[in-house]
Amino acid sequence: MKKTITLKVNGKEKTLDVDVRMSLLELLRDTFNLTSVKQGCGEGECGACTVIIDDFTVDSCVYLAVWADRRSVRTAESLSEGEKLSVMQEMFIEEGAVQCGFCTPGILMTATLMKESGKKYSRDEIRRALSGHLCRCTGYQKIIDAVGKGLEK
Amino acid sequence: MEFKTVGKGEKRKDAVAKVTGKAKYTADLDMRGMLYAGIFRSTIAHGRVVSIDTSEAEAMDGVLKVVTPEDVRGYIFPTSGHPFSLDPAQRDIADRPLLTDRVRLCGDEIAAVIAEDEITAAKAVKKIKVGYEEYPFYLDPEDAMKEGAVEIHEGVKNNIVGHNRIALGYSDIDAAFGKSDHVFEDVFETPPVQHCQMENQVTYAYIDGNDKVVIVTSTQIPHIVRRIIANLYKLPYGKVRVIKPVIGGGFGNKQDLVLEPLAVFLTMQAGGRPVMLNLTREECIACTRTRHGMRHYIKTGVRKDGRIIARQLRSYGTSGAYASHGHAIVGKQGSNFTRTYSAELASSFEGFTVYTNMSTAGAMRAYGIPQVTFAVESHHDNIAEALSMDPAAFREMNLIKEGSPDPLGHVSLKSYGLKECIRKGKEYIGWDRKRQLYSMQSGYIRRGVGLACFSYATGVWPHLLEISGARIVVDQDGSVQLQVGAAEIGQGSDTILCQIAAETIGVPYEMVDIEPFTDTDSSPFDTGAYASRQSYVSGQAVKKAALEVREKILERGGKKLNMDSSELDIVDGNIVVKKDLSVLVPISDITLASYYEKETAAPIVSDVSNRINANPLSFGVTVAEVEVDLKTGKIKVIDICNIHDSGKILNRVTAEGQVHGGMSMSLGYALTEKMLYDPETGKHLNNNLLDYKIPTILDTPELKADFVETYEETAPYGNKALGEPPTVSPAPAVRNAVLHATGVAVSSLPMNPQNMFDAFKKAGLI
Repeated sequence: MKKTITLKVNGKEKTLDVDVRMSLLELLRDTFNLTSVKQGCGEGECGACTVIIDDFTVDSCVYLAVWADRRSVRTAESLSEGEKLSVMQEMFIEEGAVQCGFCTPGILMTATLMKESGKKYSRDEIRRALSGHLCRCTGYQKIIDAVGKGLEK
Repeated sequence: MEFKTVGKGEKRKDAVAKVTGKAKYTADLDMRGMLYAGIFRSTIAHGRVVSIDTSEAEAMDGVLKVVTPEDVRGYIFPTSGHPFSLDPAQRDIADRPLLTDRVRLCGDEIAAVIAEDEITAAKAVKKIKVGYEEYPFYLDPEDAMKEGAVEIHEGVKNNIVGHNRIALGYSDIDAAFGKSDHVFEDVFETPPVQHCQMENQVTYAYIDGNDKVVIVTSTQIPHIVRRIIANLYKLPYGKVRVIKPVIGGGFGNKQDLVLEPLAVFLTMQAGGRPVMLNLTREECIACTRTRHGMRHYIKTGVRKDGRIIARQLRSYGTSGAYASHGHAIVGKQGSNFTRTYSAELASSFEGFTVYTNMSTAGAMRAYGIPQVTFAVESHHDNIAEALSMDPAAFREMNLIKEGSPDPLGHVSLKSYGLKECIRKGKEYIGWDRKRQLYSMQSGYIRRGVGLACFSYATGVWPHLLEISGARIVVDQDGSVQLQVGAAEIGQGSDTILCQIAAETIGVPYEMVDIEPFTDTDSSPFDTGAYASRQSYVSGQAVKKAALEVREKILERGGKKLNMDSSELDIVDGNIVVKKDLSVLVPISDITLASYYEKETAAPIVSDVSNRINANPLSFGVTVAEVEVDLKTGKIKVIDICNIHDSGKILNRVTAEGQVHGGMSMSLGYALTEKMLYDPETGKHLNNNLLDYKIPTILDTPELKADFVETYEETAPYGNKALGEPPTVSPAPAVRNAVLHATGVAVSSLPMNPQNMFDAFKKAGLI
């Protein structure tokens, strides 16, 4: 069964028919070619497919595409403008928070929303805010450093 | 010696592509007409397929073909990512069929479906019906070795994949124990664990218009994949092309051929159309590779003052259902066993690698050394405790001596910073004060400090070949294009190799570019990413190539400037006078002419291969402080620091990143991770990221990394192994801190609350 939805993806509005069983992850990767959205588990355990919907983050692998109807979706492809990287992107590079990079776009989405909230975060609160993400390369150390610095800037 | 870029925290070459989402991993690359494959996996652990019914699956819309063991008879191959050996006796064990009707683990591959889309492939797999005859299954190597056990691979007696002995010393081991004042014996168990790299295994293969088989795959070993595929399908090497895109982590899981051989067979069945095999997380944990689960019987004889005079270790490693890396991993434990500590009279090692009906064990970060180090370092704390000695002092007394030849004659011990690592570690954690402070505790919350040491080889020489290729093309404007066969898998080798090229030529790091994909049609020959070898082995090849182009630029520059090239140098991309560093011309003046000067044009390039016949040891220490809650069994690591002698550190930022990641992986090993099998059925119980517990950000303490920088003369810039070593010593350091805190000598991992609660109860603490 298909349903017509209208959504904003990285600022551009689009109306399209989607299979009601399709996940948002499949829609973003297969229809919109937004391959920053990574599938690490397909069941909401690892956070690699995290995207921002309006003003919250979701694991797009367990979020149906039809639920994004009349909503705005943002992926890591939207974070930079041309060559200009966002503060969080800059900090991830500078602090060495990127290794294999598979978890990076998803974590950046959570970090971006934290930054946009304007709230202050202690180091423990940063950990808590990022606890939906798994990373096997970094031990999280430099990710926490990067997010902390990005929030201060 | 002052360096311009080596030793600096240069930004990773791939970082911008990764933060913008532009980096392309295997599943991000799409092709028109892509087909998708699904695998039917056995639901029993050991037995034989007596019937397969694929008719319903084949009748489905969108299913192209279903392949069964009958279709693939005779295709048997080795899977391990080792360099080839010209000696047939040294080659990897070929025990892997493409598909099997002889089931050796739960999840063994029996049939494959090719379909137009992933959902159809998955649905068709569910419609395949298989009947079995079941055999007894084995989840313990010592059970599988017993007389009368069913042979998991016909003809492999007692299921022993490999067995070796190493004996060193001036007297036989029993006599040496006889001369000891005290003899200590322990048994330690380390569980099978899984890599859990964030990107699952994924491959697609197709046949191009020139009859070339092209394999795009998430691998650590592109050139080895090419060799094994060419040999398996009897194709000329020139008709096999392997492309490695950006890789989402490997840790050894991808130092093996898991999907590529089948993907090639399937594209051949589909007329050369691209066929993708993209494993689920459940498949990746259960059915790819794991770290070997092991049991260690360890025995040490000491004099009254704590000096070790005899050491003996017997290890049993489970290979799981297939040989994969064979006996190499247990074998490596044997050579490591005699390297960190010495015994006055005798050392002996005996190792067995044994087939069981568990997930196939293969390479995993540090290749057997975390297992043996857990046994040795835990055992040493038990001994120190029994002798009422300080565990650090006991170690220092028995460490192998600086400058001494390696007992097995394989490696040099020229750069040796272990003692300084211990000193720094003790100072960091406040060792002497806290060993005293925590020695008399009561109550349910207790603290302790522990440490553990290790040594680790850099590469695989002399057991196997060490060779690497590099090519450099200098563009018209002096830009440097570096091409390597080394495989960037997330560890940062591309960045390090660019730093080495820039340093050696004399250009800024920013002027060097590297292609993130490896392509066996164009990338120089290199055996790949394993054994912490790339900065050392591939780095030497890059340095050699860079020296060659540097000479060519200077020679051309000398002619142009009417000077002798020996008077010139290259600094910051300029030709300068060596003696006063005054700038003459930018190198672009020379390189532009090298392309277009009518009489003499000859672009500046180099293409080299470099073999290394050396293998320096890197060393390190973990110090850890824990807080133990006796009532809940929970262990909290409140402070932990790794101090490494990995020679000169080429990039402090990426080096720290490697250390943190290795520490985190070892903390998972220590506290939470273990692959669980149902003792009644042999089925996997926790093959997903919810039940298989890798450390989350909330489980991970602040991680500290520090270095003792020695300078290794055989290396390109003084460096030694760093990628794997950080994951060796944290687990035993935490275990020893728990011993200090509670007096409970843990003998198996993980030290999760359930196991520790039982241990504390048994010890009468609660």
